[in-house]
Amino acid sequence: MTLDRRSFLKLLGAGAGTAGLPMIGRAAELMPKTGRRVVVIGGGFGGSIAAKYVRMLDASIEVVLIERNRQFVSCPFSNLYIGGLIKDLSSLTIGYDKLAANHGIKMVYEEVTGIDPAAKVVATKGGTLAYDRLIVSPGVDFRTEEIEGYDPVKTPDVIPHAWKAGAQSTLLRNQLEAMPDGGKVIISMPLTPYRCPPGPYERSCMIGTYLKKHKPKSKLLLLDANPDVVSKKPLFTKAWNEYYKGIFEYVPAKKVTRVEAANRTLVVEGIEDFKGDVVNFIPPQRAGQIAVAAGLVGPDKNWCPVNPVTFESANHKDIHVIGDACAPPSTGAPMPKSGYSANSQAKVCAMNVVALMNGRETTDLSGINVCYSAVSEHESVSIAAVYKVAEGKITAVPNSGGISPADFSIAKMEHTYAESWLRNILTEMSS
Amino acid sequence: MRMKKAWMGAATLAGALFAGAASAAPPTAEMLSNACAGCHGTKGGSAGLTMPSLAGQSKEAIIDAMKKFKSGERAATVMGRLAKGYTDAEIVAMGEYFSKQKLHATNQMLDKAKVAKGASLQEANCSRCHLEDGKEGKDETPAMASQWLPYLQMQMEMYLSGKRKMPEKMEEKVKPMSKEDLDALLHFYASVK
Repeated sequence: MTLDRRSFLKLLGAGAGTAGLPMIGRAAELMPKTGRRVVVIGGGFGGSIAAKYVRMLDASIEVVLIERNRQFVSCPFSNLYIGGLIKDLSSLTIGYDKLAANHGIKMVYEEVTGIDPAAKVVATKGGTLAYDRLIVSPGVDFRTEEIEGYDPVKTPDVIPHAWKAGAQSTLLRNQLEAMPDGGKVIISMPLTPYRCPPGPYERSCMIGTYLKKHKPKSKLLLLDANPDVVSKKPLFTKAWNEYYKGIFEYVPAKKVTRVEAANRTLVVEGIEDFKGDVVNFIPPQRAGQIAVAAGLVGPDKNWCPVNPVTFESANHKDIHVIGDACAPPSTGAPMPKSGYSANSQAKVCAMNVVALMNGRETTDLSGINVCYSAVSEHESVSIAAVYKVAEGKITAVPNSGGISPADFSIAKMEHTYAESWLRNILTEMSS
Repeated sequence: MRMKKAWMGAATLAGALFAGAASAAPPTAEMLSNACAGCHGTKGGSAGLTMPSLAGQSKEAIIDAMKKFKSGERAATVMGRLAKGYTDAEIVAMGEYFSKQKLHATNQMLDKAKVAKGASLQEANCSRCHLEDGKEGKDETPAMASQWLPYLQMQMEMYLSGKRKMPEKMEEKVKPMSKEDLDALLHFYASVK
């Protein structure tokens, strides 16, 4: 019997929580479990921090961090790289050697192929791993099946998404550099929720900076599927009007439903064509594929509902979900899908996982999100908030938080703070 | 009355759904402080050149700074917005937590002549409040030792431009000093481990 991709995923989904995956039972055990063990899937802003803090809080718990890549490239600041303000990706790239050595974390560089919540086993291409508790931090994947004509393998080679930093960021930058002056650049962004709410707007400012400097006869169009700017609106609007006038145009309520890679064309609602010389299409998103396959997503089939204190999955016991993939338990004021949120949630989750494994009382969440966006070569703006749990929901503390002043009076200073933020958060993850 | 009962019913149901939420303790000092590390580094040891380390900072200095950020008395970027999210008791808990962490010793490329000059300036002018070579501070005077030079320089600029208000005694000492002397002082504090 051969399985196409869809039936295979269905099978994975059906297996979760019942008899488990047939292949898990047969695969060799990668690392036999002797004592208490936490397995973490994903070494991004959430997973690396969860692994580190579990070990910092209780060194008697074994921690295995599974990550398919040897190096991590930060999405924050990758827009500055795309706009030519950072030479290469080296300052955004970290490895795991120091983190693993400093905290005694066992690294497994493998691709996860399945989770069996009943048997409490994770399957990777290299073998299986048993766990007492599992922390899943898989980030996002794309809902490309909703976009007519989009080939998940071939399309991004012509029309990059650049929404996962690395080769995709380089491809988009190279396309911009190869484009003649007078060309047309199109960015298309999906409906919320998606990873990094201000990211597409920051990208428009960074590509705008590049065009203004090197290709001033060019045009830049941002097609927003949303009816209006969804993040830091007064700040981006000011930047567009004052810095990118004549080059940039913002077009709301343009939801792309079809792509034609061959002639770099985006089709909105099946009727309106937008053809560009460089096209950056950011597809709609959902929790990373492994979370979907493991049956961790909620009724919306996209995001993972979790307990707001422990981040334990509402669907499966002893599995916790953090970061972009997790949908806090209500739609009311969840923490935004940002690197800082994932970092903050990871620590809350680690503290409570350790408490649960030691039979201690759990502690209510106190979290922070801070997110900087560059609006020009030397200026950044920010949004900040403190989060607590109130009536079973993660809620921003009233009368706190907010965005930078609209006159950009602190934007130069925030630009330097943004750089320090990046250094600190990447150092937290890699040491 | 009936409305109120229905609302309470819904709240209880939400509580029951998320059983962990109902039985969880209020945020501890560690829970509160861990969230700061995304910008200030693990346990408050900063790797970012314009971001202060909080590790080993005096409790009184942190409480003083947070309360002034909260009230708007001290000019801020994100800290004013964040400080408003914490109660005074939570601010005290965070101050205690960071003051108990080991000083984050930094290795910076510093001009040795400036460091030496700064050492004697500190001894003669600042040592009554900036105690132990700046490792400690009198009352709410912040510890300066091992902070990144760019951070110290940024703060001094804010003091000199009036964006950050100097305590009276500091103003008396700083006003007559040359820019070179002030820069030497900052080099010295950055060098202390």
